[in-house]
Amino acid sequence: MRKLIGAAMIAAMAWATPAVAETPKNTLVMAHTIDDIITLDPAEIFEFSGAEYAGNTYDRLIGYEVDDVSKIYGVAAESWEISEDGKTYTFKIRDGIKFVSGNPLTAEDAAFSLQRAIILDKSPAFILTQFGFTPENVKDKIRAEGNTLTVETDQAYAPTFLLYCLTATISSVVDKKEVMAHEQDGDMGHKWLRTNYAGSSAFKLRQWKANEVLVLDRNDDYWGEMPEMKRVVIRHIAEPATQRLLLEKGDIDIARKLGADQLAGLEGNDDIRIRQGEKGAVYYLGLNQKNKYLQKPQVRQALKYLIDYKGIEQTIMKGKATVHQAFLPKGFLGALTETPFSLDVEKAKALLAEADLAEGFTVTMDTRNTAEITEMAQSIQATFAQAGITLEIIPGDGKQTLTKYRARNHDIYIGRWGPDYQDPHTNADTFARNPDNSDDAKSKPLAWRNSWEIPEMTKQADAAVLEGDAAKRAEMYLALQSNHQQTSPFVIMMQEIEVAAERADTKGFIIGPAFDDNRYYKVTKD
Amino acid sequence: MTTSMHNAASGEAALTRSWVPRPIKVVLGVVTTLAITFLGLLVVTFFIGRVVPIDPVLAAVGDHASASAYEKARIELGLHLPLWQQFLIYVKNVAVGDFGESVLTANPVIEDIKRVFPATLELATMGTIFGVVLGVPMGVIAAVNKGRWQDQLVRVLGLLGYSVPVFWLGLVGLLLFYAKLDWVAGPGRLDIAYEYLVDPVTGMLLVDSLIAGETDVFFNALSHIALPAIILGYFSLAYISRMTRSFMLEQLSQEYITTARVKGLSETRIVWRHALGNVMVPLVTVVALSYASLLEGSVLTEIVFAWPGLGQYITNSLLQADMNAVLGGTVVVGAVFISLNLLSDILYRLLDPRAK
Repeated sequence: MRKLIGAAMIAAMAWATPAVAETPKNTLVMAHTIDDIITLDPAEIFEFSGAEYAGNTYDRLIGYEVDDVSKIYGVAAESWEISEDGKTYTFKIRDGIKFVSGNPLTAEDAAFSLQRAIILDKSPAFILTQFGFTPENVKDKIRAEGNTLTVETDQAYAPTFLLYCLTATISSVVDKKEVMAHEQDGDMGHKWLRTNYAGSSAFKLRQWKANEVLVLDRNDDYWGEMPEMKRVVIRHIAEPATQRLLLEKGDIDIARKLGADQLAGLEGNDDIRIRQGEKGAVYYLGLNQKNKYLQKPQVRQALKYLIDYKGIEQTIMKGKATVHQAFLPKGFLGALTETPFSLDVEKAKALLAEADLAEGFTVTMDTRNTAEITEMAQSIQATFAQAGITLEIIPGDGKQTLTKYRARNHDIYIGRWGPDYQDPHTNADTFARNPDNSDDAKSKPLAWRNSWEIPEMTKQADAAVLEGDAAKRAEMYLALQSNHQQTSPFVIMMQEIEVAAERADTKGFIIGPAFDDNRYYKVTKD
Repeated sequence: MTTSMHNAASGEAALTRSWVPRPIKVVLGVVTTLAITFLGLLVVTFFIGRVVPIDPVLAAVGDHASASAYEKARIELGLHLPLWQQFLIYVKNVAVGDFGESVLTANPVIEDIKRVFPATLELATMGTIFGVVLGVPMGVIAAVNKGRWQDQLVRVLGLLGYSVPVFWLGLVGLLLFYAKLDWVAGPGRLDIAYEYLVDPVTGMLLVDSLIAGETDVFFNALSHIALPAIILGYFSLAYISRMTRSFMLEQLSQEYITTARVKGLSETRIVWRHALGNVMVPLVTVVALSYASLLEGSVLTEIVFAWPGLGQYITNSLLQADMNAVLGGTVVVGAVFISLNLLSDILYRLLDPRAK
């Protein structure tokens, strides 16, 4: 019988060709998880993999250097001027850029792209509407004249605030003629662009099969530095162990989603290089202020001493996160890098005694059922217990825990928050602003979700976004974070690191601070 | 399912008496059962989908969206309407073949299913062929050699098939046959180099490559499907061989076998023709059921082998509360079960001389 099975297996395989153990020289093949992509329209893209796609296929007006984000430069805009009153920005559009359709990129396209994003009002639209643009007024406020684009904001904001927002995915320049040729029922080509392409950057879309593969081809008419790779294939491989096998075997050039286990297993393999880049996302606990224990200042403080930051960094999140305790991630203007908290059970006990809770108490924590978050939660459960706090972990699927969190029905929520654009206001806006704490508030930032009333801090955050002087502005954010770090119901623990494992012969893949900064155009293969 | 269909068919027959010809009665019965089954499926899936504590708008707009973008998406998804109204609209659309759009893939659900189902169909078919071709003879041999080493070996192989987790088996299989021995191609359906050489006709690469006459692509696709199909097939093999064994034991103890032996028929003929011939009828149900369960898509195998099939599609959609996709997938799975049941009914009639 054994012979029979053996023979059958060999028969099935013998006449199958052996695997090609090398990817084509002019093709970059990556294993990634791309099931988060739900649209390819830059006016709607708000997912990590989607942002990476847009970053490689669409030009924005301006960009920043990935190593030093304070250095801003023009992309589709050649130069810009800001008026005396700080409300009018005039951009001169670069000559000689062509969309893949052959149409030239003009100021009209740039104005249309921004107007379109505001009128469509999809998830990321707030990045632009926060400057006072509405679907009604946007055609007056954002105008094209000849080769210049004029943008008028409602207040005199810090100039970098608008400029950084114009580097975000939503500010990608789309081909007006091409997009409008596919308009259906006044949707400004949205339905079409969700699965198609109308851009001008280094790569263009060849094919997107959801949850399966994303294929980009080089744009041979690209106006900038021509990529060496003719094609980039991004395969959806959900299982990290499978990604590792493919990488070791040479069937892919870069593995993008490896776990701590796989990374440890690859150490010492000379054919593989592991690279890291600090990303903007932070891991944190949100303490609901509706909870009678968590609303006590001493308890909030005590919990910050009951996390084994170092231990989590060195085991569960090894190579994938670093300790960070302020709401602005490292790399942002005014980011606070001090980490005053470490595991200190005695101090925490003293604080709890001060709050008349020396005996401890019981709380629940809604925990997303992914491996990393669950393991962090278990570590936290163990350290809380040392001070007599019983933490009940309520596991759930990501969307399920999030639904509960957004309804403010949690005690503690363990979450991850990624910035939406490169300006510090992105996180200040959500961690340190809560203009209306009522249940039917119009805006529901993280501070609202944790029912934290902070009229004073909200004013400070509002003032910081209007400060034109960058140095003064940085000071304001530092002060805001120092106060926030001590008093807020947010236990900020870690900053995320993105890891990619590459074959040694593959060079030049850029891991930038934001997801749309992960670029392929410099990739070469020996 | 099979019995209820018979009931419905005979109930229909009793009602309509003799002025309707029999084949039409049968067809009417089948159509009624189908309609009721599908409606039931839709009701249950729809309402379960709506009571789970997941906000479907979140899947569409994400966590950071502003209140106005959120509200707009809620209305676009029709979620502001009362539940019964949402359901009516959905059923009305399905009746004309419109399963709506998937929030996650930005495609019509029907297009998505056309893409993912052939991948699963191809894998499940290869797996079932493997399971039947090896499982039936193994079961027969085990029954004939009851209690001897052959029987024990088949039992151990069967138990392993039942009890070893499929993702583990898949990973070990990949490690051994792909990474170390290089006998098969890796995860995925095709090597990058062969992508885009064949136009999709059926969506099943083995078939499409043959239609296009691209033998290279055919062998590459075969090399990719071999391992996952064998691993999936191993599970149906375990089930089929156990069932064959017990069916055979029952037959071999019958008097007609003794008669045949007394008459001096060769043992081979007795076992493989007379006994196995009678086992075929119940075996068809067993095979159909195991085929159907593979056609639902095996999520874990699909994930390990990066196989873009129905299982991953439905699971992903469910976790993201993408209800149109979940409902569409469920209807497909339901249709698969129902049609396999019908098919095994027809096979019964062909295989069982008494039914003629």
